[in-house]
Amino acid sequence: MDTRVTIAGVELKNPVMTASGTFGSGAEYGEMVDLNRLGAVVTKGVANVPWPGNPTPRIAEVYGGMLNAIGLQNPGIDVFIERDIPFLKQYDTRIIVNVCGKTTEDYVEVVERLGDTAADLLEINISCPNVKEGGIAFGQDPKAVEAITREVKRHAKQPVIMKLSPNVTDITVMAKAAEAGGADALSLINTLTGMKIDIHRRTFALANKTGGFSGPAVKPVAVRMVYQAANAVKLPIIGMGGVTTAEDAIEFLLAGATAVSVGTANFFNPYATMEIVDGIEAYMKKYGVEDVKELIGAVK
Amino acid sequence: MAQVKTEAEVRSQEKLAEGVYSMVLYAPRIAGEAKAGQFISVYTKDPSRLLPRPISLCGIDREKGELRIVYRVAGAGTEEFSHYRAGERVQVMGPLGNGFPLKGKKAILMGGGIGIPPMLELMKELDCERTAVLGYRDELFLNEEFAPYGNVYVATEDGSAGTKGNVLDAVRENGVEGDVIFACGPTPMLRAIKAYAAEKNLECYISLEEKMACGIGACLACVCQSKEVDHHSHVHNKRICKDGPVFAAEEVEI
Repeated sequence: MDTRVTIAGVELKNPVMTASGTFGSGAEYGEMVDLNRLGAVVTKGVANVPWPGNPTPRIAEVYGGMLNAIGLQNPGIDVFIERDIPFLKQYDTRIIVNVCGKTTEDYVEVVERLGDTAADLLEINISCPNVKEGGIAFGQDPKAVEAITREVKRHAKQPVIMKLSPNVTDITVMAKAAEAGGADALSLINTLTGMKIDIHRRTFALANKTGGFSGPAVKPVAVRMVYQAANAVKLPIIGMGGVTTAEDAIEFLLAGATAVSVGTANFFNPYATMEIVDGIEAYMKKYGVEDVKELIGAVK
Repeated sequence: MAQVKTEAEVRSQEKLAEGVYSMVLYAPRIAGEAKAGQFISVYTKDPSRLLPRPISLCGIDREKGELRIVYRVAGAGTEEFSHYRAGERVQVMGPLGNGFPLKGKKAILMGGGIGIPPMLELMKELDCERTAVLGYRDELFLNEEFAPYGNVYVATEDGSAGTKGNVLDAVRENGVEGDVIFACGPTPMLRAIKAYAAEKNLECYISLEEKMACGIGACLACVCQSKEVDHHSHVHNKRICKDGPVFAAEEVEI
């Protein structure tokens, strides 16, 4: 049975990875998850300098999901290169570094710093709904998506994955813009912008008022967008949005994803990633699937 | 300290006061490692409610492999917990957080409302002279269980028992003295205790709370402002679930 998949020339032992921001850089989960079993670890977004993030409360539970407005708190690229990459290098898994910034120059600076590190792939976050500058500002305008993709590609040594926002009218327009800019792969979806109001205190549940909606409830939206993007561009797609079980992961593969990222599920089941790896193998065995690649985009 | 997510069995459930319940869980792997001031994440059975509820440990029985949590019904999740009976199986993760340092010669333990439960296990584990000062809105709970370990003073907002007022009013009224303060309760209470400790030049440890998702330091939801640069993100945000929930009072801005 072959569970390997390839993204932009980088081979992964299986199509299961972590979603940025839900897994730190792996260290916090190291006691409970054997990182060697994962196709890749996608790190929490890293900027050129440390970011303090948003005020608390930063999260709220909603029906079938959660809202978060962490605001991309991160230690900055210096600490990240010194501490987090060497940590991940100890494991037999691929390292995908999620990059965030407020300006094009910020992204370029981080991408250049990562050039000589052990990072296998770069995932460029142009879709965080919780930071005003950068993030979403780049991700909702196709011209901006194409321009930043091109600029990042010009400076990147590693293949570049553009992480797209679902908070757009037509995801295929953004997918095509990233492809035109030279992206090597796409990640989708980032979180949906949401809001919760505490009716007893008559205030917003999040200090940031709005937050990114994630968890099992968003999966149908994500599957639809992965399917649309996969049919609009030739790039490999990393599918995410509510992946909680192996069944969810397989659904994304069938819709056209080459790999999946497990996000919010890590918060309520720290063993989710490993269970999904096992579950995909069990599914392949049950249905006589020799190669996991047979599943990718198999539902037209 | 290795935390684990595991199935626990409810051994008993008891209502202590209006909306306040005491539940004993059989979870030997967690009980064997846990200490005062740590907490567990308790998961609801309703899949529409994803996130665990972080609840402090009120009691740890390492020999029996049991944990006791005393919690307030604050929403649908804790409401569900309050209906569990002996034999019910529930998912829990722990032990989480750092716990209280066991130090001091003369300790003052201050608990306010649902911040009282973690002070009971601390009262048992401390090996020095100790006084508990417990603050309530009105109805008392757990106060009698502190009595075997030291002096206990209570304060109630409505004056129905003990000192009328808050824990610091009870400290002053009863002339409570010590060399270290341990406290858990609402933020305004902790802020006042921090100021009191600074004024009296006492060592002071406070246990904080915040909305949490992962409980293990990855999601960065439950941060508090720290005086020094934190070692995780190199800003001024300590993670309550991982770096805390117990902090030296001067270490955090509350």
